[in-house]
Amino acid sequence: MSQALDEIKIGGLGASRRRVEDNRFIRGTGNYTDDITLPGMLHMEILRSPLAHARIKSIDATKAWEVPGVHLVLTGEMMATRNLAWMPTLSYDTQAVLATDKVRFQGQEVACVIADDPYIAKDACELIDVEYEPLPAIVNPTQALAADAPVIRDDKENQPDNVIYNWEVGDREGTDRAFEQADKISRLQLHYPRSHPSPIECCGSIADFNRSTSKLTVYMTSQAPHIIRAAVALVAEIPEHMIRIISPDIGGGFGNKVPVYPGYVCSILASILLERPVKWIEDKSGNLISTGFARDVYLDGEMALREDGKILAVRMRTDADHGAFFADAQPSKFKIGLMHSTFAAYDVPVGHIMARGTYTNKAPGGVAYRCSFRVTEAMFFQERMMHAAAIDLGMDQAEFRRVNFVRDDDFPHRTPFGFLTDSGQYGECLDVGLKAVGYEDFLQQKEEAKKNGRLLGLGISTMTEPLGAGNSREYDILGIKMFDSAELRVHMTGKAIVRTGAKTQGQGHETTWAQIVAHELGIPAEDIVVEEGDTDTAPFGMGTYASRSTPVAGAAVAMASRKVRAKARKLAAHLMEVSEEDVEWELGRFYVRSAPDRGVTIQECAMAAYSNMPDGMEPGLESVSYYDPPNLTWPFACYIVTVEVDPETGVWDVLNIVAVDDCGVRINPMIVEGQIMGGLTEAYAMANMQFQTYDADGNCVGANYMDYLLPTAWETPGFELHSEIMTPCPHHPIGAKGIGECAAVGGPAAFVNAVMDAIGDTGVRNVDMPLLPDRVWEAIKYRRDVSGAPPVRSDD
Amino acid sequence: MTTVYDDLSDAEAGDVPVNRIKFTINGKKKIAEVEPRLLLSHLIRRGLGLTGTHMGCDTTNCGACTVLVDGRAIKSCTMLAVQVDGHEITTVEGLASASELHPLQEGFKEEHGLQCGFCTPGMMLAAKQLLAENPSPTEEDIRWALSGNLCRCTGYQNIVKSVLWAADKLRTQSVDSTEAGG
Repeated sequence: MSQALDEIKIGGLGASRRRVEDNRFIRGTGNYTDDITLPGMLHMEILRSPLAHARIKSIDATKAWEVPGVHLVLTGEMMATRNLAWMPTLSYDTQAVLATDKVRFQGQEVACVIADDPYIAKDACELIDVEYEPLPAIVNPTQALAADAPVIRDDKENQPDNVIYNWEVGDREGTDRAFEQADKISRLQLHYPRSHPSPIECCGSIADFNRSTSKLTVYMTSQAPHIIRAAVALVAEIPEHMIRIISPDIGGGFGNKVPVYPGYVCSILASILLERPVKWIEDKSGNLISTGFARDVYLDGEMALREDGKILAVRMRTDADHGAFFADAQPSKFKIGLMHSTFAAYDVPVGHIMARGTYTNKAPGGVAYRCSFRVTEAMFFQERMMHAAAIDLGMDQAEFRRVNFVRDDDFPHRTPFGFLTDSGQYGECLDVGLKAVGYEDFLQQKEEAKKNGRLLGLGISTMTEPLGAGNSREYDILGIKMFDSAELRVHMTGKAIVRTGAKTQGQGHETTWAQIVAHELGIPAEDIVVEEGDTDTAPFGMGTYASRSTPVAGAAVAMASRKVRAKARKLAAHLMEVSEEDVEWELGRFYVRSAPDRGVTIQECAMAAYSNMPDGMEPGLESVSYYDPPNLTWPFACYIVTVEVDPETGVWDVLNIVAVDDCGVRINPMIVEGQIMGGLTEAYAMANMQFQTYDADGNCVGANYMDYLLPTAWETPGFELHSEIMTPCPHHPIGAKGIGECAAVGGPAAFVNAVMDAIGDTGVRNVDMPLLPDRVWEAIKYRRDVSGAPPVRSDD
Repeated sequence: MTTVYDDLSDAEAGDVPVNRIKFTINGKKKIAEVEPRLLLSHLIRRGLGLTGTHMGCDTTNCGACTVLVDGRAIKSCTMLAVQVDGHEITTVEGLASASELHPLQEGFKEEHGLQCGFCTPGMMLAAKQLLAENPSPTEEDIRWALSGNLCRCTGYQNIVKSVLWAADKLRTQSVDSTEAGG
């Protein structure tokens, strides 16, 4: 009698399996881009603009060419002769590769030097003489929209001003009618500051063009290698099959490593011209001032309310500062990303959003930083608005949310802006969170503390968000539909290899994908190897960002496994000499329905696929699945933060953080919790210290880690995680939902609401993030809202 | 630049000031000829090919390049190679013995103390100095000792647990070896 397999023991679904990739990382034998050395490799350094906006009068690179060891100096003029001075962005705009006419932000790429050694290349960069004629710098949308504002993108035809788009979604008339019937109207204005994903590893590439094969291989820090291959094929006019993009180990991405950057393009051209490998590794300042930033949106909204707390409608206006080039990495149909997923957790009958985008003299980007395309701004505004509206109504924060939640039996639910949410237990998650934080007790403590002049506060943030783009009907990047893929090959001894179109950057795909196969086929996870990131071997996919790996590529892994199982069933029937209809499946084994003792393992089926297949059956045991999800996945989260604010200094300390995440079925609970803690830390960072701003001249403040503050182990609070509530995704093959970004998306509002609650008696409605002590102090002292919009004040 | 590099062109070599240094790295004695301005991190990564020491920020903030010099955790991106003349360096590659992982390495894996892995070598080496000085650190001790090392993935909570795991194992090992010896 055979023993049924223990799924946890074989590392299947639900096992907190220790990570496979750790074996190399803890030994220092990972293979990041900068770790790769190719024979004859040269090194590239970039010269960047010190000015935010200036006309280039001349570039003299004579002295740089004369430095011994220098092989090539590239300028915009030389790029232009090859039609490479400009490149397309992921949002149908253009971006300068090397500046020709003007520089449009501080840090823009002006020239680059390729030399034997990076020290030589840097020396030579300093010898390039660029003459600039400074122009007025624009650092926010108000300046950009002023009647006399200089036109930043005078390179473009039909661009008479600095407006990139005006876009709207929702029902304007219906919303207006609802506002007319409101008992109360709440209003909130805020700025979600510019932030930078700032993985510790910067961007870089090694381009290796081989003249004898005409093949271009590029090792690079890309979260989406297949998109890069397509972009290189289109921009550099190299046939797609002659391009191989390899993303080796990546030292964190968080959205920063999705776009195509000028450094990649220059290293590729240099390698083609010199016929030698060319390595470019960005320094931290280069990364912070020129690559994909996030947020920088001004939000102004209103909520129509009934006296009993029911929300009747929401209205929002957003002004996004996109920098000098519209280079958002996002689905092409949605100009301001998925901003319109706002209020998805609440039963809001109608709403209207107007979104405007502007050019400024700041770095281009607008990447989805641990975020699904502006969902972070959407949920931050939602939860800040919920907080303000509850105060206006005189209602309890938790109760106001509960009154408006979409109820468990209301799914599928159509949101006011057209999304279809499909599952969740919102009220139950809130209950768990309130209980964990000791809600009623805390409210009492808060009142007691107030008598002694101490300021305690509690902030709640509850939200559901759309993770896992596509489906392909609605989601595409540059016309390429957003699905993903997996390929599974089972070898004759029952061991296997999985490849997907996603690309891990710390999420642990090498561990997790094997667990999905183990769950579907009963092959122990340790018998399965996972490979990603090589476009010559991996099936086409859109890469990893926006928490889409598990919802899309993970689903593809399950579907590929099921295809293998379907073929293995035929092999089992053949081996057991019964008809396929009489074959039953249990984990890892087929058996005869009428005689359960008679069975064959998946490993025996694998051997048969190569050695004993039935007549007429194609040999081998492998499959490919391209998975186009029917909908996004909708995880729900409840984050509750308590703080104490020092009224004398404005400094605030976190007392407690409770996170209740319902992300459906957890493949590897240990990894899921790691993702949640990472997200909470970024939420804390954004609320507390992490932001980029600009002075009136367009100088970036936050250009290195001395100015761009990231929390260390010392500041970062501890977290209390809860996983009691689990609502499987109804359409995902194993019931999983996205999770990587939830805490970074939903978390910031919990911190800010907590501080606003603590200083609630001042009547202040908003202090912009980060809640720096001086801002909180100003709010307490002068009882006024505090804006953080650039330009930064000169006395800062 | 050092003589260990592939691409130093001979014609200009005479113009480059060179210092000869002797040092020990991961127990192996080495001699190198280096340009005075060469950073220690570049000597380790490019000169010696030990790429487990990562470079994150170039400004002594992130700690990814942390190595031990004479047992003290330092950031190798802002130390000059010439400064290690006569000194002893330990990098992540020197943590494990031939067949056995260091308890810190085991702890980081066991407690999920890493995700992308980029900060991990620096974290482990900063923790190694801590445990050498304080075999029974509190959570607060660990958070303070690692406050010069940035991690963007984990939120630190599991890193703290990893170091506590290693401390526990090291203490057990030292008790075992005392008992075995005594």
